[in-house]
Amino acid sequence: MDSLESFRQEIQSWLEQNCPVSQRQLREGEEAVPWGSPQFGEEAQQWLDRCAAKGFTCPSWPKEYGGGGLSKEQERVLRQEIGTIGAQVPGGSFGTHMLGPVLLELGSHEQKLRFLPDIAAGRTVWAQGYSEPGAGSDLAGLQTRAVRNGDEYVINGSKIWTTGANNADWMFCLVRTDPEAAKHDGISFILFNLKSPGVTISPIELISGASEFCEVFFEDVRAKAENLIGEKNKGWAIAKRLLQFERTMISGFGAGPGGKRSGKKKRVAKVYRAMADMALQYQPQKDGKLANVTLRDQLTQNEMDTICFTLSTKRAGEEAKAGAGPGHTASMFKWYATELNKRRQELIMTSLGSKALGWEGEGFEPHELAQTRAWLRSKGNSIEGGTSEVQMNVIAKRVLGLPD
Amino acid sequence: MALALTEEQQILQSTAREFIAANAPVTHLRGLRDGKDATGFSRDLWAEMAKLGWAGLIEDEANGGSALGFGELAVLFEECGRKLAPSPFLASVVLAGGCVRAGAPAELRNPILSGVARGETLLALALDEGATFAPYAVTAKAEKSGDGWVLTGEKTFVLDGHVADRLVVVARTSGSSGDRDGLTLFLVDAPAKGLTITRTTMVDNRNAATVKLDGVAAEVVLGTVDQGADVLDPVLDRATAVFCAEMLGLMTEAFEHTIEYLKTREQFGVKIGTFQGLKHRAAAMFAELELSRSVVRETVSAIDDDGPDVPTLVCVAKARCSDAVSLIAREMLQMHGGIGMTDEADIGFYLKRARVQELTFGDASYHRDRFATLQGY
Ligand SMILES: Cc1cc2nc3c(=O)[nH]c(=O)nc-3n(C[C@H](O)[C@H](O)[C@H](O)COP(=O)(O)OP(=O)(O)OC[C@H]3O[C@@H](n4cnc5c(N)ncnc54)[C@H](O)[C@@H]3O)c2cc1C
Ligand SMILES: Cc1cc2nc3c(=O)[nH]c(=O)nc-3n(C[C@H](O)[C@H](O)[C@H](O)COP(=O)(O)OP(=O)(O)OC[C@H]3O[C@@H](n4cnc5c(N)ncnc54)[C@H](O)[C@@H]3O)c2cc1C
Repeated sequence: MDSLESFRQEIQSWLEQNCPVSQRQLREGEEAVPWGSPQFGEEAQQWLDRCAAKGFTCPSWPKEYGGGGLSKEQERVLRQEIGTIGAQVPGGSFGTHMLGPVLLELGSHEQKLRFLPDIAAGRTVWAQGYSEPGAGSDLAGLQTRAVRNGDEYVINGSKIWTTGANNADWMFCLVRTDPEAAKHDGISFILFNLKSPGVTISPIELISGASEFCEVFFEDVRAKAENLIGEKNKGWAIAKRLLQFERTMISGFGAGPGGKRSGKKKRVAKVYRAMADMALQYQPQKDGKLANVTLRDQLTQNEMDTICFTLSTKRAGEEAKAGAGPGHTASMFKWYATELNKRRQELIMTSLGSKALGWEGEGFEPHELAQTRAWLRSKGNSIEGGTSEVQMNVIAKRVLGLPD
Repeated sequence: MALALTEEQQILQSTAREFIAANAPVTHLRGLRDGKDATGFSRDLWAEMAKLGWAGLIEDEANGGSALGFGELAVLFEECGRKLAPSPFLASVVLAGGCVRAGAPAELRNPILSGVARGETLLALALDEGATFAPYAVTAKAEKSGDGWVLTGEKTFVLDGHVADRLVVVARTSGSSGDRDGLTLFLVDAPAKGLTITRTTMVDNRNAATVKLDGVAAEVVLGTVDQGADVLDPVLDRATAVFCAEMLGLMTEAFEHTIEYLKTREQFGVKIGTFQGLKHRAAAMFAELELSRSVVRETVSAIDDDGPDVPTLVCVAKARCSDAVSLIAREMLQMHGGIGMTDEADIGFYLKRARVQELTFGDASYHRDRFATLQGY
């Protein structure tokens, strides 16, 4: 038997013994998406801890940093098998998907040892301190200042739209360390504890009713100089690298809820089967088909787009492996996936008709109420992590080489 | 299933690209048009392609072919599509050739197919009757007469029908128009009595013919009487898949040309590619192109793996490519400004061919409907 096959069997029996039955169901919508800090129930926490102990939350990270030390092929097998039992790799977060990969590439050994194991084990929740009131799309226009004082930096300024800051322990933050330098040349990337004196966090309510967003104010907040990642004033390159990871993460949601998991093709078919069944249930039929031919056509188009999108991410993977990767496709995928997801949400709304318009209380099923909010939340997809327009600028410039 | 090209396929691709660039750039098609060429493609060029092994690419070695797959075939179609290279490749090798491969009696099958593989025999499929693709909407009739059959009816849009040595004719032996059952495929010699083939000149300067069947005698049935759709359906799916590769070639070339123009043409003292009004549309085209490429690759490799999802993938591929080729060809014209309207530029050739491609084997809404029906909603 080849070693990958025996690895698969090992995983199968480990999962059988360790994954609580309650965790063997796909988490949908917001729950499946690692924004902010999910609140774990008892069995979910148990599942997370067991995975973390094996390094399965970050399967390809080195073991010494809390990962599983698995090869890409083994990681794929692991994800497939977890997907097969209907579960998902627990603990996805800004830490695992964004900061972790950046630290692995660009952090010092000490920094990796200090931060990565806590991320992998889900012990620290991270927030992303990028956007400011005057610097959203124009991220490099940020004004939050950090001034060196002995072995510390003293931070003043504010951040906005910070997802999950109210539940977070630490922040990775972009700060201006040289106000005289050109826009992109005076930025640094620093980590600090959000419980530090001088940090004020106030939640902002979203249109979906959730309040995962925060405004964060810094007044003489002290951060250890050793927690500056990379070189002082060279933070812009790190910031952009992290955005690539962020875009890749977000585009993973385009393949339907839980689209990053294994068995994507089957999963896509399942998601759309469910959407079609729902439409057939709520909308008039004619000869067993949806009588609303426009809706039928749009559902089909959306499913086809999703199939093409999923195949494209797969092809990008295969071509990258063969050394012929097109590069910079993260922006294309981010743009396409989020617009696709918004269209999908609109279609589900149309399918459910007035049943999708409930807000709370009587008269609506829980999944109908959840749909209303999922639809509203999806509007943020094409804004967070860089707007669609900004992604298209990146594609035009970086991929197609069009002039400025 | 392989989405990335293999090394062998990449070699095939670069040889084909060089060959087409040297022998069949768009000026080749332009020359045929301006000369009102009666064939509509160059028989010499087709002979050259056959010599390179293209006509026999998917044919068995016993019949002089090289027994490669649709993955390789798609590579060639894509390169032909880039330069709009005209040839009877699709009609002879994939469409009618496919019907013969799947349904002809053994004693005919091999001699015909080895002739096709040498590029000497030309075949065509006479299927369509109306103005849109509807493979079961057949009213042409076949009636029993002694040991054979007599065919009557009229066919349209018979690709390369005017030069075919033999036609595969789809006729109804029972049932009524629209039924899947009751179709039968017949092999008919082109000079048969009662057969009139008239060439029509299409907007893209390619060839389709109208075929009149006025009591044409036919003896050879491909497949089983009344069950012709069993032969026809997989052949149409396979032909559609490689045709999508041709569309991919067209849109790739059109896209690259347009991007190049955006980088060079100056207006208002700057390159027009600096205008965001064009940039974002270019980015959208790029996504369309990439998504099309992925689904075409998946579809041809599913054919080679004999996967169960070939029909649904064909729907996805053709719907996607029809929409994408249309968008990219239209944007190509618009983004070239006035020059795009001139016959002197090749842009119009791309636009015209794209319109034909959009429709051939069913447009996007046809394939969305078929897909939804296959999925049960
Ligand atoms: C749900 C959600 C979660 C988020 N989480 C975080 C987080 O955790 N941490 C964090 O730091 N930030 C976060 N953000 C902020 C996000 O990164 C910004 O909202 C985003 O970068 C856009 O900035 P802005 O809101 O200031 O919009 P603006 O930049 O003011 O943009 C307004 C409009 O102008 C367009 N526009 C701007 N510049 C251009 C241009 N050059 N060309 C064409 N159009 C342009 C935009 O596309 C947009 O449509 C989050 C946002 C959302 C919606
Ligand atoms: C059928 C026809 C009849 C015509 N008749 C006449 C006539 O009688 N008299 C006459 O003088 N002219 C005539 N014209 C010329 C016509 O006015 C020009 O073709 C037109 O102004 C566009 O200029 P252009 O062709 O140089 O394209 P370009 O200006 O080179 O444009 C190329 C592309 O860039 C885009 N573009 C250019 N600038 C910008 C910008 N600032 N922002 C965004 N996109 C931009 C354009 O929209 C176009 O898509 C005719 C053209 C046609 C096609």
